Amino acid sequence: MSLAAPPRPAAPPPPARPSPGSRFTATLLRWWRRLTAMRTAIVLLFLLALAAVPGSLLPQRSLSQGAVTEYFAEHPTLAPVLDRLYLFDVFSSPWFAAVYLLLFVSLVGCVLPRAVEHARALRSAPPPAPRRLSRLPDSAELPTALPPAAALDAVEEELRVRRFRVVRRGGANGPELSAEKGLLKEAGNLLFHLSLVGVLLGLAAGKLWGHEGSILVTEGQGFCNSFQQYDTYSSGALVDSGDLTPLCVDLEAFEAEYEPDLTASAFTADITYGAPGEEGRSTTIGVNDPLRVAGDRVYLTGHGFSPVFSVTLPDGTEFTDVSAPFLPSDQTTMASQGALKLPDLGPGRDGQLALEGFFAPTGLVQGGVLTSIDPRPLAPRVAIVAYEGYLGLDSGIPQSVYSLDASQIDSGRLTDVGRANLSVGEALTLPDGTEITFTGVREFAALQYSSDPGQGWVLAAAVALVVGLLGMLLVRRERFFARASAGPDGAGSVLAVALLTRGSGDAGPRLAELTADLTAALSGASGRPAAAHRAPSPDGSAPRPEDASRDT
Amino acid sequence: MTPDPSLAALSDTLFSVSVAVYSLAVVAFCAQLAFGRRPARELVAAGGAPAPRTGADDISSDVRSPDAPADVPADGTAGEPGAARRWGLLALALTVLGAVGHAGVLVARGLAADRLPWGNMYEFATAVVLVGVAVYVVLAVRTPGLRHIGLFVLAPVVVAMVLVGLFLYADAGPLVAALRSSWLAVHVSTAILGFGIFFVSGIASGLYLLRSRPEEPRPGSLVSRLPGAAALDRVAHRTAVFGFPIWTFAVIAGAIWAESAWGRFWGWDPKETWAFIAWVVYAAYLHARTTAGWRGRPAAWVNLVGLGVMVFNLLYVNLVSTGLHSYGGVS
Repeated sequence: MSLAAPPRPAAPPPPARPSPGSRFTATLLRWWRRLTAMRTAIVLLFLLALAAVPGSLLPQRSLSQGAVTEYFAEHPTLAPVLDRLYLFDVFSSPWFAAVYLLLFVSLVGCVLPRAVEHARALRSAPPPAPRRLSRLPDSAELPTALPPAAALDAVEEELRVRRFRVVRRGGANGPELSAEKGLLKEAGNLLFHLSLVGVLLGLAAGKLWGHEGSILVTEGQGFCNSFQQYDTYSSGALVDSGDLTPLCVDLEAFEAEYEPDLTASAFTADITYGAPGEEGRSTTIGVNDPLRVAGDRVYLTGHGFSPVFSVTLPDGTEFTDVSAPFLPSDQTTMASQGALKLPDLGPGRDGQLALEGFFAPTGLVQGGVLTSIDPRPLAPRVAIVAYEGYLGLDSGIPQSVYSLDASQIDSGRLTDVGRANLSVGEALTLPDGTEITFTGVREFAALQYSSDPGQGWVLAAAVALVVGLLGMLLVRRERFFARASAGPDGAGSVLAVALLTRGSGDAGPRLAELTADLTAALSGASGRPAAAHRAPSPDGSAPRPEDASRDT
Repeated sequence: MTPDPSLAALSDTLFSVSVAVYSLAVVAFCAQLAFGRRPARELVAAGGAPAPRTGADDISSDVRSPDAPADVPADGTAGEPGAARRWGLLALALTVLGAVGHAGVLVARGLAADRLPWGNMYEFATAVVLVGVAVYVVLAVRTPGLRHIGLFVLAPVVVAMVLVGLFLYADAGPLVAALRSSWLAVHVSTAILGFGIFFVSGIASGLYLLRSRPEEPRPGSLVSRLPGAAALDRVAHRTAVFGFPIWTFAVIAGAIWAESAWGRFWGWDPKETWAFIAWVVYAAYLHARTTAGWRGRPAAWVNLVGLGVMVFNLLYVNLVSTGLHSYGGVS
């Protein structure tokens, strides 16, 4: 059996002559009560769960822009419709926000009155005992040799030892006692729900004032925290690019370690960092181990290889040490793909050169096809296709730095002029005499700079949430009532007792346990002199019988 | 380091052994239900139209299952419930024995690879099932009346183990770099605990739905031998109440780990999204159970949806979708 939930504040009585204004208020109130009802909250919880589902089944821009582009290519008619419904940005869509904001309004509307109610309950005495205790589902009668007042004294002492708040009243049906404990349960409940609001506010703060940038950095190079330098970045609406933490990071060395079965065991990057122009401090970051500085973080999120080439034109012009990062397409073998664009080789548009290809850190050529068999750069090889023509870089349409624009190839503006599988030191000679030599390989690291001023608040709210949840679920809220009446034979008395618990169904065994202890206490007390019964209350804050009896 | 092949083989052998022992436990639970009869108290509590009683000692013949095995002695008023109880104890003992072997699977795995034995989907799912069995054993020891749900726990356990062994198996091996963090012990362990507890909770709610159907179960039918609807509902709720903070903690620990591993504490990665959905559904269940109009069967359905979400999160998200939680190790 559980106690009834605290009553909601009653609706104001309807006015005698309902004016349009008051009718409007009444309608508003009715809607407010409907919104803050538990039933609505459950429906909203379901809507929230349901609303999150498409966010995991459809590609999301926030996770992978590439996957969304691919989806558009595969479903050219469906994708624009889904896009109009924000189904590729579910978690920032207006309808998702509508669901969780309604849920939070409902939550606050439900929790705040309960908090007020709880504050009142904390200050007021436990309620008077019901008239007929035997009608409560878990009740018992205890005969004792003590007179009624002394018997209640013994019960009160036993209850106070058990940390009950106790009040004695002289009710119409005889002296009675009400006791209560476990108010922390409701406090935990309120803390839990309010912490959820805290989590939401922290998340919102992070979205508004946070920023994030990613960049590929080759060994020996570095970057500074500014939006112009990042390959990709996102920033909150209230971030001013001038407010970014001035920090520069240089990648000194990158190292990947592997187990004998080629499972990657560690990735580490030795970096130096510091404000621009300042002498940098050295540190090592790795997977699960970011650099934390000035409230921001720098992560090592990936790595890869940049094959290095030298290009000698027929006229003898030499470009040495040209390279571009190739993105790993398979993390277990580090087989990578990429493109190297050389737009400024010669005079005019037709002189542009590009390489597109496949890189294997440990290459194996079988039947003319290059595959990678080891993620470590033991025998690097590239399979490249050389193109000449117009790259379309200045056409105004942005293109990926990791691949060539396929439309330029399709339209014939870029033509395939040669292909080869090369290991380090080997060269491909094009029909016009241009020589492309694969000279070596450098490792790059993918670094990410993150700033989220809200995450500390989210963590604090999450800790409070767990504490509240534990209080709510572990603390037992109990009310105990006892009423003493004279014994049937005139000597001693009979105690009628009852126990109510909230949030657990086992009041019966609890009462049995309590009455056993009370019986022991009563028989113990009856052996002592009567003067000893009136022990001073250990808790002076509880109202004494005299003042409490007024409100019965 | 290279995994120890003999320990890895021992782990695989123990897996087969525990599946076999669990199967024997299923047989014993079946025997318990076949030889058992509803206690008189349940007959009254069911509140339907109990057969008219001729005398207190005669109740058993009134509820004798029409399809009871023929070899049961006709006068088995004393012997038959005893037999059922013995079968029940045997089934429980087999379950415990199977669970010991099952725990051995994980211990041997952990020793073989010298790491925590939940680094891939096979080990994760094996551990979840073990937690489910352990929760059932604790319930059955504390509340003997709940032993009767053993068949309905152990049968899904055997099916789950066979499927895990067939489709999720991955060789013992070292952890990938991303999993080498002390948060593995915190986040994954609590996720396993929460999942295992929700597994038993979902089964209890499913049985509650069977038991609380408006039409009275046929006397002697399997459903009539289940614990009462109220007891099943209480078990479902208590286990969910126990599992919910653990699951909450697992999600929060995952967020803390994600902050140091992936650069953000929450990014709506498919696994995160489904963990969130499961959390919301279980929150809805806990609210539903105390809300007028949702109590009883609707709330039990919500709990089953929650279990469905958990299973979906394990299978679909790891095997089908691509996300950061791709540690399945299933090729």
